[in-house]
Amino acid sequence: MVELTLPKNSRVGTGKTHTKPDGAKNLKTFNVYRWSPDDDKNPAIDTYYVDLDTCGPMILDGLIKIKNEIDPTLTFRRSCREGICGSCAMNINGTNTLACTTGMDEFNGDINIYPLPHQPVVKDLVPDLTNFYAQYASIQPWLQAETPSPSKERLQSKEDREKLDGLYECILCACCSTSCPSYWWNSDRFLGPAILLQAYRWIIDSRDEHTGERLDNLEDPFRLYRCHTIMNCANTCPKGLNPAKAIAEIKKMMVERR
Amino acid sequence: MSEAYPIIEHKYDVVVVGAGGAGLRATMGMAAAGLKTAAVTKVFPTRSHTVAAQGGISASLGNMGEDNWQWHMFDTVKGSDWLGDQDAIEYMCREAPAAVLELEQFGMPFSRTEEGKIYQRAFGGMTTQFGDGPAAQRTCAAADRTGHAMLHTLYSQSLKHDTQFFIEYFALDLIMDKDGSCKGVLCLSLEDGSLHLFRAHMVVLATGGFGRAYFSCTSAHTCTGDGGGMVLRAGLPLQDMEFTQFHPTGIYGAGCLITEGVRGEGGFLVNGEGERFMERYAPHAKDLASRDVVSRSMTLEIREGRGVGPRKDHIYLHLDHLDPAMIDERLPGISESARIFAGVDVHKEPIPVLPTVHYNMGGIPTNYHAEVVDLKDGNPDAIVPGLMAVGEAACVSVHGANRLGSNSLIDLVVFGRAAALRAKDIIKPGQAHAPLPKDACDAALGRLDGFRHANGSLSTATIRDNMQRVMQEDCAVFRTSKSLAEGVEKINKVWEQMPEIKTTDRSLIWNSDLVETLELDNLIRQAVVSMTAAENRKESRGAHAHEDFPDRDDENWMKHTLTYHSDEGGVKIDYRPVHDYTLTDEIAYIKPKARVY
Repeated sequence: MVELTLPKNSRVGTGKTHTKPDGAKNLKTFNVYRWSPDDDKNPAIDTYYVDLDTCGPMILDGLIKIKNEIDPTLTFRRSCREGICGSCAMNINGTNTLACTTGMDEFNGDINIYPLPHQPVVKDLVPDLTNFYAQYASIQPWLQAETPSPSKERLQSKEDREKLDGLYECILCACCSTSCPSYWWNSDRFLGPAILLQAYRWIIDSRDEHTGERLDNLEDPFRLYRCHTIMNCANTCPKGLNPAKAIAEIKKMMVERR
Repeated sequence: MSEAYPIIEHKYDVVVVGAGGAGLRATMGMAAAGLKTAAVTKVFPTRSHTVAAQGGISASLGNMGEDNWQWHMFDTVKGSDWLGDQDAIEYMCREAPAAVLELEQFGMPFSRTEEGKIYQRAFGGMTTQFGDGPAAQRTCAAADRTGHAMLHTLYSQSLKHDTQFFIEYFALDLIMDKDGSCKGVLCLSLEDGSLHLFRAHMVVLATGGFGRAYFSCTSAHTCTGDGGGMVLRAGLPLQDMEFTQFHPTGIYGAGCLITEGVRGEGGFLVNGEGERFMERYAPHAKDLASRDVVSRSMTLEIREGRGVGPRKDHIYLHLDHLDPAMIDERLPGISESARIFAGVDVHKEPIPVLPTVHYNMGGIPTNYHAEVVDLKDGNPDAIVPGLMAVGEAACVSVHGANRLGSNSLIDLVVFGRAAALRAKDIIKPGQAHAPLPKDACDAALGRLDGFRHANGSLSTATIRDNMQRVMQEDCAVFRTSKSLAEGVEKINKVWEQMPEIKTTDRSLIWNSDLVETLELDNLIRQAVVSMTAAENRKESRGAHAHEDFPDRDDENWMKHTLTYHSDEGGVKIDYRPVHDYTLTDEIAYIKPKARVY
């Protein structure tokens, strides 16, 4: 049976509204999902007011300002602050993206922030990505070849190297996978867009000799074929990649090799 | 104390702290050598700051023209302003080609030449013919995302080797024996707040730099020098901490990195008068002089009123004259960064840039086997048993007073591998661990508990901001006796605020308020020794530009600074000699001479 309502202990309530900073004229309202495993309370939305005149331009700047000046208990991951490490993936006004490369000026009204959807929450905006990482390991994301290594580099033509563009740039932020309804439903068995894009990155690498085994590993009603081309992955990817296209290419290869 | 905080004990042959490029390469090598190895990291491995390296990794492959490791070595020695240890530099430059080819064998997606070889670009300070020839094309690149490509490749290799990772575990302190050897490391699991003592015959610190001691830096929020902080608390020294590299091209305002590869591909800097001013400062190398030289030149231009923008306080980096197709192929990442963080279309407009704190040449002193060394009973190379350091956390020293661009990534893999080779030689797998005294972890737990319940008057963010502003102002590109004397006084005042710190989150589960406080405790100690070492060095060398002592003084200052720090006694300074010998007879010691580009 599909559950159409959230279990009682998951319903999101109204949390604390923090006071507005004195004298600030250019305020932005942040409504942020809060949940701590330390007590039995339900998740709640806390409201913060950020003075944009004394804040950097990105959503992450706003969150850091809240943590520094209003509420040090607010918990989120962040590291590089330039869109390359993938730590600060979260749901911002309904879209999964990176807080560090999303400008506050992209939104007119309030900014509503939730953790990446459909993953267990560790605390506040920190999701548990254990399953996502295990799925990454399951596709054996390393070069596999039997041909003895040459004494110098394996040669690869510019054209063959170009096939990796749009794939190798993936930062494993999990924005795409956690935006995919099929992944929400079947993340125990469906690999999801990010991992399938990674799988295709190795399938299409001219240096890799295990294409057949890699395809065998994906030839499964769930691992690959739960993709129903909903395309949320391509719409949400903060790096502008297109996992749906990579998945389609894998499906094509499956047909061609029959 | 240990009753309030039960400790889970793990026994390994080796524990590596940090899973960036150096940590992962060390971990892989240790595991491959049959040593039971744990990798402990505060962030998921691919979030480590190696991921943000852009331009490339140096190695004299000679794919784009004649090259050899001797030329690479000469450039590195000259770049270091002769403060680098030449035995270690020889080791790195000799091993570099094999290390890059190994990465390629692992599947790293390097860009390619027409012949299908690894693409190499020009980079600052990289020349041919021992500095007399034209620029070398020595920097192996995967577009301008080389660090990302390398880190993901190394992580996937470590999956292949079935390494045991402890992810989102924060290292608190080294556990040292009374005889001065390292016995393990105490860590906090962020996920559930449990404490873990990793016993090991070798602890490898691969914890990166401490760029976040400054207000504006290219470094990630997580670059808090946790290994350096632990080493200082263990009573061991840090070396050459006065040498902080300012990257010439951080984005004005945001501080995000724009690779030197832009200039390697033909980009150039322009001042407010539209002049390519680097031609005046470095007639031969121009925009591809080494980073300290370019950062100083930019700072002088701005200081003399020739900056750009309404406040004339920055410089333009032009690449709008370059072929758009070439930019899209080789520089797509910085095109994206410039658009997001400066609102600039690089095909049409210049990028506003400013010298920005980027790299710590200083760190934990080691020999070229990655073993940590200390000055002991007159022996400047006394090994600290059970402890290694690699990567930016370490000071081998291959970078001396100034690192050349693309020499950091090669440092990571060469010395990560060297650490594993050494460990294989000196550790027998599966040896028993001698029991530790009952109170071995008490000091570390006391520190943790103290910060967790800290209830003073100053928030972590307040003290951190105070520290960052002092460093930014008084330990900058140019230093003077006055700025440094004031800086020492001011940074010590910030240090004295630490007992007044206040934390708010009392939880043990993913308590990032607590972690940021522990990180600040690591940062502030390094800020104090960094400022003190800078005040102490009465010469100008590499990145340390002292306006009251504008010349290099080899007679008095051709030596490494050692700084020790204690909670009560402040900073103690000592010295180690620079290694004035090479590793083999295949190259002679490169004698100091004037450094012009």
